[in-house]
Amino acid sequence: MGKYIAKRLLFMVPLIIGITIICFAVMHLAPGSPTDMQTQMNPKSSAEMKARLRAMYELDKPIHVQYLSWMRRLAVLDLGTSFSPDRRPVADKILERMPITVSLNILSLVLIMAVAIPLGVLAAVHKDSLFDRLTSVFVFIGFAMPTFWLALLLMIFFGVQLGWLPISGLRSLNYEYMTPWAAFTDLVRHLVMPVLLSAFGGLAGLSRYMRANMLEVIRQDYILTARSKGLSERVVIYKHALRNALLPVITILGLSIPGLIGGSVIFETIYAIPGMGQLFYMAVMARDYPTVMGILVLGAVLTLLGNLIADVSYALADPRIRVS
Amino acid sequence: MKVAEDGFWMRFLENRMAVAGSVVVILLFIVSLLAPWLAPYDPSAIDLKIVLAPPSADHLFGTDQLGRDVLSRMIWGARISLKVGFVATGIALLIGTALGAVAGYYGRWVDAGIMRFVDIMLCFPTFFLILAVIAFLEPSIWNIMAIIGLTGWMGITRLVRADFISLKERDFVLAARSIGASDGRIIFIHILPNAMASVLVAATLGVAGAILTESALSFLGIGVQPPTPSWGNILTAGKDNIDIAWWLSLYPGLAILVTVLGYNLLGEGIRDSLDPRLR
Repeated sequence: MGKYIAKRLLFMVPLIIGITIICFAVMHLAPGSPTDMQTQMNPKSSAEMKARLRAMYELDKPIHVQYLSWMRRLAVLDLGTSFSPDRRPVADKILERMPITVSLNILSLVLIMAVAIPLGVLAAVHKDSLFDRLTSVFVFIGFAMPTFWLALLLMIFFGVQLGWLPISGLRSLNYEYMTPWAAFTDLVRHLVMPVLLSAFGGLAGLSRYMRANMLEVIRQDYILTARSKGLSERVVIYKHALRNALLPVITILGLSIPGLIGGSVIFETIYAIPGMGQLFYMAVMARDYPTVMGILVLGAVLTLLGNLIADVSYALADPRIRVS
Repeated sequence: MKVAEDGFWMRFLENRMAVAGSVVVILLFIVSLLAPWLAPYDPSAIDLKIVLAPPSADHLFGTDQLGRDVLSRMIWGARISLKVGFVATGIALLIGTALGAVAGYYGRWVDAGIMRFVDIMLCFPTFFLILAVIAFLEPSIWNIMAIIGLTGWMGITRLVRADFISLKERDFVLAARSIGASDGRIIFIHILPNAMASVLVAATLGVAGAILTESALSFLGIGVQPPTPSWGNILTAGKDNIDIAWWLSLYPGLAILVTVLGYNLLGEGIRDSLDPRLR
């Protein structure tokens, strides 16, 4: 197992180098030098900003020197200072917001699993039943749903019309004066819509995958063996089949991480949640380049780590993987 | 092309979902083509006397914060989403097919290099990458199309590569090679047409994805810029007037949902009809 993890970690090195090269390229993607482009086309950036950018990324030096010195600072998480009025270090700004985004995404991952797995399994077990058909309608709508629109509708319905749920932020204004229990329910009420929404997109994908996977497993010989031994259908399905159908889900969860992190831009912006996604959106709007670059790199590294965790837990769960 | 092979159309027409999807897609084409004649009003005609008027006989879907007719803006918006969907997918298709064909056909280090590049690109949350590029460029419709295309080719590369790997060992390719056909000829004339089927499915689903992405970007104010109407930026006005004008939020979103659903159904319908065993 140790050897497998070491191998996976080693695989990550070229990927990380690739990620940084692409991030670096994004900065130089614009025609001409990045500083020229900003001042000509964007009234928001001033001559002062241009000078700071030039100094920070050493834009007057050859490109490989620029890249290496950027990498050197990246290695110690020195992402520069933000261009926004607070002028704080970018790393601080990102790190204080990261826990919010990560925990929201973990919550929605849990929700996705709790709903999508039973949905997919039941649809597969009762293939072609009414329930199966309803599930596939749900899957199709789920794939096509613009989540930001669903967010608007939920806000109109539960927030504005019914007044049941708060529509922005994570806490009420009088949060500090609440009892611990009231504060907790306040937080939960604020979380309901954002978590539901960020989970929505993943639900369709995973339940469809789970259904296909379960149908595949049910066809296998060992299920036939279990049935011919005279085991009850319950035991066959929920003990023998389910266990094997659940394994690849780990990989799917790993693959869904970039989508979740990317989606956080949308729902954190809509619901005014002070996470990484909202910071990213504000940085893009304000042309706060150091922050944009920092979040881009960290978002990709976070994805890479998520995939690593998924791969390792898959290997832990299924010994066949380690051998191949 | 392999698409037209044995009973494809029969299976396709028997698939109710696929037919429903094609109807939606065809209707959208008609609406986009005839937008100047179908739209009851000029989409950018401002009328401050009827700001945020609810749906009525005069304005079926109501008016927006500048008194512009929402239905007319949505009809013109259909053009934008169609344009973005097709151009972005076209770009992704070109890159994805070229890289996938080269990787699958030549194998070895060419393949390894290209596929590592795909792995690296897949590490980025796509939406992050798109937003970052937009921060450095200006959000115009052409930039949006290019960026969506440039960040959406990886899936197609994997598909085409897989097809090429299995096809290049087949007898007809060996036959072509034995009579001295060049690599380019084998790739373009012999293998590529046989790999088009899965590419077609991926492209149809890709159009849906591109339309969704464009509407999300426009909604966030970094996509198609007003006054050009797009479904996404009408929804931005919906959010700003969330407590007084529900019609601004409801109809454009419904249009996005139905459009994306249409392309998805069409794509899956083509896939199922191509190979009934996959169902």
